[in-house]
Amino acid sequence: MSRRVLMLGGLQLGMVAALAGRMRFLQVDQADQFRLLADENRINIRLLPPSRGLIFDRRGVLLAGNEQNYRIVIVREDAGDVDQAIARLARIVDLDPAEIAQAQKEMARRSSFVPVTITDRATWEDVARVAVNAPALPGISPDVGMSRIYPFEGDFAHILGYVGPVSDYDLSRLDDKDPLLQIPRFQIGKSGVEAKLERDLRGSAGTRRIEVNAVGRVMRELDRKEGQPGSSVQLTVDQTLQNFVQARLVGESASAVVMDVTNGDVLALGSAPSFDPNKFVHGISVADYNALLENPYRPLANKSAQGTYPPGSTFKMVVALAALEDGVIDTKEKIICTGYTELAGRRFHCWRRGGHGKVDLVRSLRESCDVFYYEMAKRVGIEKITKMARKLGLGMRHDLPLSGIASGLTPTKAWKLENRSAEWVIGDSLNAGIGQGFVLTSPLQLAVMTARLATGRAVVPRMVRTLNGIEEPYQEPAALDIDPENLNAVQRGMYEVVYGQRATAGRSKIVADGKRMAGKTGTSQVRNITAAERAAGVTKNEDLPWERRDHALFVCYAPHDAPRYAVSVVVEHGGGGSVAAAPIARDIILHALYEGLPPLSAYPSSQRSTIRELQDSLELRAPGEPTQIRGGRA
Amino acid sequence: MSFLEYNLKVTPTGIRKVLYLNWFLVLLLSSVAVIGFLMLYSVAGGSFQPWVEPQMKRFALGLGLMFFIGMVPIWFWRSISGTAYLISLVLLVLVEVMGETGMGAQRWLNLGFMRLQPSELAKIGLVMALATYYDWLDLSRISKPLWILPPLALIAAPTLLVLRQPDLGTSLLLIAGGGAMMFLAGVNLFYFLAVIVIGVGVVAAVFLTRGTTWQLLKDYQYGRIDTFLDPASDPLGGGYHITQSKIALGSGGWTGRGFMQGTQSRLNFLPEKHTDFIFTTLAEEFGFLGAASLLALYVLIIVFCVISALRNRDRFSSLLTLGVAVTFFLYFFINMSMVMGLVPVVGVPLPLVSYGGSAMLVLMLGFGLVQSAHVHRARSK
Repeated sequence: MSRRVLMLGGLQLGMVAALAGRMRFLQVDQADQFRLLADENRINIRLLPPSRGLIFDRRGVLLAGNEQNYRIVIVREDAGDVDQAIARLARIVDLDPAEIAQAQKEMARRSSFVPVTITDRATWEDVARVAVNAPALPGISPDVGMSRIYPFEGDFAHILGYVGPVSDYDLSRLDDKDPLLQIPRFQIGKSGVEAKLERDLRGSAGTRRIEVNAVGRVMRELDRKEGQPGSSVQLTVDQTLQNFVQARLVGESASAVVMDVTNGDVLALGSAPSFDPNKFVHGISVADYNALLENPYRPLANKSAQGTYPPGSTFKMVVALAALEDGVIDTKEKIICTGYTELAGRRFHCWRRGGHGKVDLVRSLRESCDVFYYEMAKRVGIEKITKMARKLGLGMRHDLPLSGIASGLTPTKAWKLENRSAEWVIGDSLNAGIGQGFVLTSPLQLAVMTARLATGRAVVPRMVRTLNGIEEPYQEPAALDIDPENLNAVQRGMYEVVYGQRATAGRSKIVADGKRMAGKTGTSQVRNITAAERAAGVTKNEDLPWERRDHALFVCYAPHDAPRYAVSVVVEHGGGGSVAAAPIARDIILHALYEGLPPLSAYPSSQRSTIRELQDSLELRAPGEPTQIRGGRA
Repeated sequence: MSFLEYNLKVTPTGIRKVLYLNWFLVLLLSSVAVIGFLMLYSVAGGSFQPWVEPQMKRFALGLGLMFFIGMVPIWFWRSISGTAYLISLVLLVLVEVMGETGMGAQRWLNLGFMRLQPSELAKIGLVMALATYYDWLDLSRISKPLWILPPLALIAAPTLLVLRQPDLGTSLLLIAGGGAMMFLAGVNLFYFLAVIVIGVGVVAAVFLTRGTTWQLLKDYQYGRIDTFLDPASDPLGGGYHITQSKIALGSGGWTGRGFMQGTQSRLNFLPEKHTDFIFTTLAEEFGFLGAASLLALYVLIIVFCVISALRNRDRFSSLLTLGVAVTFFLYFFINMSMVMGLVPVVGVPLPLVSYGGSAMLVLMLGFGLVQSAHVHRARSK
């Protein structure tokens, strides 16, 4: 028997040795690999969203900040009967049924210990009520998060844009591997500066390593690494001026741009009507959104950068300079205006049916004689006009951190052949000569053009002053290759537009010394009055329905002898530029010059009472307090 | 040996028997039990509840049982071995009729104060019955085919009953234990060779009939075999246990993560962490050294049993002692192989360490018989 015992013992020993060998293999030879797997099992990395970079105006007034927002969250496993708990909560806090439905959906999907947001728009009072009633609300607790706030609401809606929760569409559109975007409801810039400077404003994620158990419950935090907050951005815009521009444009579908001609700083970029970007931060309601979409004044569009209009007579400076530079006319030559010019049997009318008689360059601008410019266009040709237009900043996309910046259109013969499949005809040139036809410009481009005309320098618009506390590189604008004498003549013409006899913008004079302005009106046709309408007695613009009336334009700079600011104003379907656009432009440029509401003494004495009424009627905000702009760690 | 022969030698009597107990064995068994308490304390997150306290009470009961059985002369136990075997069979039938279901099988009899697993009791009953049989059988007849049949029947009866529960692990343990007893008794090696050949045939049959109406195992049993063969194929399903178990073992390294520091068990990644998979917690927290130490303790227990058996000239005592030792060996070998991914998951506890009453009491009962054999061994004057 002992032989058998030995055999069996030997077998057992062999088996035990196999066990020990296996143990050694797993625990010693492969230990590192398995320890890694164990850590992967238990350690989860959670992202800590960084605080978004702040946006300031040129004086340091906060335009976009972060505020704590209060949320009410529910933990299913602590709540017991969820429906009953929510019903109790609804008795003390105003709850949106849609939010409740969303929360219930989310609760069904997630583990019972994960807090689910019931509402993220709770007020401090709601939070207090929840806290006081805590014993009756098991599993429900208030929570604090950060969300974007735009203290000036609609004033900067088109410049700043807004942030919103990242969507699947955003993820497909952005080639961005940032893990932050995977956080549910993480807010990213959707338009405007918020979208264009998204990378700077976002910052980088911090991480929190947590230990979880097999079902994902958080057991403890192992360590945390704070992220890098987003960079602060200081814009060139001026909060008070922007506020004034928006207030002045109220009631119109209009836009206005104010630029510092010395350095290209965009001081204001207004577009009316506006909207409240704060509504987008937590997701705008369908009703509110549809109201914005269906408004014929298109509040969501940033008309000053995205809108393009035929420049009308404001284009005449371009044509004049092109002709002067080309030498097809000098500053003395007079053209006779009989009220129309004839080309291949077709009549091109001057706005003044009776004609202007003998017209030289300065008078042509002052009285905006169309026939003079038909002649100029005929002489100089479209290619040279377009070249001058581009030199002055038209027909190109200016690089500003805004959404959908329009490049406008300065046509050439090749362009027409390619896009309209037709030869350029001389009639097209004549139309372009008075800023109609194919020519399209945005208010921003018109402001750049005016700044360049005022200084003779290639002023480039800019909107970012400092990024993360560091000045943006800035270059002195180079001189434009234009004969100063020619430029002078055009500038004189623009001055006469306001101050000359029979001046088109004579009613919009500034009488304060050293603050006089030079400008140019423009009225651009949306479409011709048809023969049928004419037969029905419609001859005046005011008789047409709103959406078919002419656009009113005005561009100006001031002071005329030492230019500081350039302004462009476009009032959609506003009628004549001298009536609808010039007074607005005057008020805006005066506000810029006086750095505040202009005194009545700047206006002609006969207009002061109406101006006072207008100023009193404006709903202006109290100027924002400048704050110390902090760097990236704000 | 007969009763008279015993009297010719010196066998301890009365209270003096206590001195003749195999105290080393008691010490080893207690050490293993203490390791069990520590691990149960750890997996409970540093608490005596819900496992350590009941386990301690059971072990105390088990020790008492062992001492009591050890004091009763071995010939008494031989005389009732047939009865014991029959009782265990009756209990197995009872479980079939009125047993409680747990984990997909009928395994438990509720006795009021504890839930008994008759299949555990059957292991000892079988060992006693076989030892008695081979003690009675003339040595010259051991390998005669006719005399092979009764022990085969003795093994088959409880095995088939257990298989019906169904409990594959325990039925394999019964077959292996019974086979080992026959081997130790001296049955011709030719039979074992034949069994191995037939076994291979059966395995082939098991797999070939899979999916047909005659399939021999339940689907979950096939599933366990599949999982064993390739645990990675279903890491969150059936293979989850084995994968997580290997991760726990492997991450222990040489010295482990330290007492109560095992992340796999503490964070609930391990299944059955207080019962069948408790070895993984030990290996994770005390590393290779801890795991190997437990293995060494187990081996020492076997060694002490074997020494005791070899020094005992009573054939029944020897066979009984070796049978208990083999049963014990099969317990820990299969459990450890299972958690280390060497054999499929079959639901065998780690002896004296896993939480559970029946296995512990039955094992202590078995060691009580070993003590009885040890104490009442004939000693020369």
